[in-house]
Amino acid sequence: MVAVPELLDRKLLFVTGKGGVGKTTISAGLALLCASRGKRTLVCEMDAKGDLASSFEVAPTSFEEREVAPNLWAMSMDPEASLRQYLALQLRLPRAAGLGPVTRMFDFVASAAPGVREIVSVGKLCWEVRERHYDMVVVDAVASGHVIGQLSAPQAINSLVQVGLVRQQTGWMLDILSDPSTCGAVMVATPEEMPVTETIELIGSLERETTVALAGVIVNRVLPELFGTREEQVFEALSAPGATGHLSAALGGEATPLLDAARWMVKTRRSRADHLGRLREALGDRGGALLVYVPYLFLRSYGLRATRQVASALSAELES
Amino acid sequence: MEALVASKEIVVVCGPGGVGKTTVAAALASMSACHQGGKVLVVTVDPARRLSQALGLGRVHSGGANRVPPEAFAAAGVTPRGELWAEMLDTKSSWDALVSRHAPDGATARRILDNSLYKNISERFVQSHDYIAVERLFELHSEGNYDLIVVDTPPTRNAVDFLLAPERMAEFFSSRLLKLLTVPYRSRLADTAARPFYYVADRVLGTKFLEDITEFFILFQTLSEGFVQRAKEVERLLADRRTTFVVVSSLETVPVREAEAFLRLLPTRGLHAGGLVLNRVLPSYMLDAALATRAEELSARAGALASELCSAGGPLAGYDPSLVERVLEELGSNFDNVTVVAKRETAQRSELSGLQAVVADVPELGEDVHDLGGVLDVGRYVWS
Ligand SMILES: Nc1ncnc2c1ncn2[C@@H]1O[C@H](COP(=O)(O)OP(=O)(O)OP(=O)(O)O)[C@@H](O)[C@H]1O
Ligand SMILES: Nc1ncnc2c1ncn2[C@@H]1O[C@H](COP(=O)(O)OP(=O)(O)OP(=O)(O)O)[C@@H](O)[C@H]1O
Ligand SMILES: [Mg+2]
Ligand SMILES: [Mg+2]
Repeated sequence: MVAVPELLDRKLLFVTGKGGVGKTTISAGLALLCASRGKRTLVCEMDAKGDLASSFEVAPTSFEEREVAPNLWAMSMDPEASLRQYLALQLRLPRAAGLGPVTRMFDFVASAAPGVREIVSVGKLCWEVRERHYDMVVVDAVASGHVIGQLSAPQAINSLVQVGLVRQQTGWMLDILSDPSTCGAVMVATPEEMPVTETIELIGSLERETTVALAGVIVNRVLPELFGTREEQVFEALSAPGATGHLSAALGGEATPLLDAARWMVKTRRSRADHLGRLREALGDRGGALLVYVPYLFLRSYGLRATRQVASALSAELES
Repeated sequence: MEALVASKEIVVVCGPGGVGKTTVAAALASMSACHQGGKVLVVTVDPARRLSQALGLGRVHSGGANRVPPEAFAAAGVTPRGELWAEMLDTKSSWDALVSRHAPDGATARRILDNSLYKNISERFVQSHDYIAVERLFELHSEGNYDLIVVDTPPTRNAVDFLLAPERMAEFFSSRLLKLLTVPYRSRLADTAARPFYYVADRVLGTKFLEDITEFFILFQTLSEGFVQRAKEVERLLADRRTTFVVVSSLETVPVREAEAFLRLLPTRGLHAGGLVLNRVLPSYMLDAALATRAEELSARAGALASELCSAGGPLAGYDPSLVERVLEELGSNFDNVTVVAKRETAQRSELSGLQAVVADVPELGEDVHDLGGVLDVGRYVWS
């Protein structure tokens, strides 16, 4: 697989996709994998919902990076703190300059001005890359609807703001974001109708509206394939009354629901395969190099154990 | 559910993203049209392509409501007592209409609509999708053309945003920050509190850009009175006894957490939760403990059972015993897997049902809902 070494060889990965598809789980898994391969890794949760901390079973993350595993640091984005850090670095403003209300007002203005808020957040991550503080920065980015705004912020700023510090930032950030060997976007999708449709649309917008390259498409929660063709024939034969009756007698109770559960799984997987087909088709001949599959994890709860399993599933996929 | 819907004029279907809000909204509306009659409207937001086709809506906004043709019901094998209408919400044009309605005059409206910042505002500011959805609901309800309106809510990142939208809209216009921004440039220098802000903003954004923003907000402020007034009316309508909220959730961890927060918030806002619909749940037999034991046994005894089945005169005589053994093991471990998920779902269910009575379970159908027949299938689960 071509994309493999490439994916982990980059320095800055934005992991995005429809809400709830597994962006945080995959980001955590990717970061853990990089760290276990000896890379000094930073993982950042953009929407600060606290799910990233649960993935590592640590106390809530904050804007200050904290080591959560060997080689692995975690943080969550806080635009206000980021702006504060930025102003301190760029304007050399003393901390006492009443920045509290200032940042709140700034935030207010920034929500109207496309790109200002985004450039402060994305800028912080690019800065970590530029200063070579980490070998890899994995960003658990915002969901589909908002990520394009984040990644296209430098262009938006360029077209709206003629002078000022924000404008001066766009140049070097664009250099980092636009270099496919440094930075890339990773789409997470589940093999279902809406997530696949949204992913296809998102790839389109990514390529039209931003300079960030598509680095990978991770299909998460792939249901297991229970039977090959020959097993399927056996399964059908087992479903005949005689065979099922024999099983029921041997097990001391109805065996039919055990067969029903398998049929349910096969049917559900099959309806999802259609959507996967659509995704593959949309990627064309790039599909082979970009697609990565992560199995559905049948676990009681999702914490560090799930993160480890995702990391090892990714590791296996990226090597094959 | 049938009784609930019968006594209401507005049903707001809400909940976390991707759980099936649009599907359940369509299902409720079509069941009501079928069994209760009258004129029923479902207002949807961004439906899945195949669902919108099922309702006779194109991908592109066609302006206003379309009637779902009786032939579509006939094809699904039912004769509705009433009429089902469907409308797709178009945020951009609804915003434009709102601005035009509240602007003091046509020229101001045009200046706002043409401002380069307006597009950005209408797309992202103060949960505009959410606000537009409730605002459109208000308009439809006051026109009085329908016996029942079922509203699907937008895929917000956070379900509560939808409820807070009117309030935030009102707050926005009365905020001190807006006032600071819209004071004339010269008198700013006199305002000591705001001075550091202008200093920083000038340095960071450049004076020209700051002026553009200020100009926009000054224009936008002319809409204030109309907007605030309207937002209050919209809030009243949501809290009215004739309105009910049906919360939809799946039993996955993330949606359940969000649905929980939502259910807690509803009463604090004086809003009425009418029921909870759990969608895409696993069939209940997957929870059966006796079956789980049988599945374990099946895996453990797969070899012996396979030889029995494949022996001469056995039901699978002629099949390869090792192949049969593999299939039996797979059957056992598959059941084991689904049991893990089913158990987790049970735990999630008890969290939610403590907050609100579950009125319906809709099983994971194993395929997408893509025609009116599929919508009605979901409807039958929701209705009973
Ligand atoms: N491979 C998997 N197998 C089974 N369940 C999974 C898998 N990956 C994720 N999940 C489940 O999906 C849920 C959502 O995952 P996650 O929080 O990573 O999604 P997200 O895209 O970050 O969501 P949000 O949009 O809310 O930020 C998890 O709680 C977990 O229950
Ligand atoms: N019970 C079910 N069984 C199988 N598939 C279902 C079921 N309910 C809904 N779906 C499918 O799930 C997908 C999402 O449903 P839907 O669009 O109704 O969700 P939504 O909550 O409106 O999503 P969004 O938050 O993105 O608006 C659709 O493809 C639909 O066909
Ligand atoms: Mg997340
Ligand atoms: Mg929807």
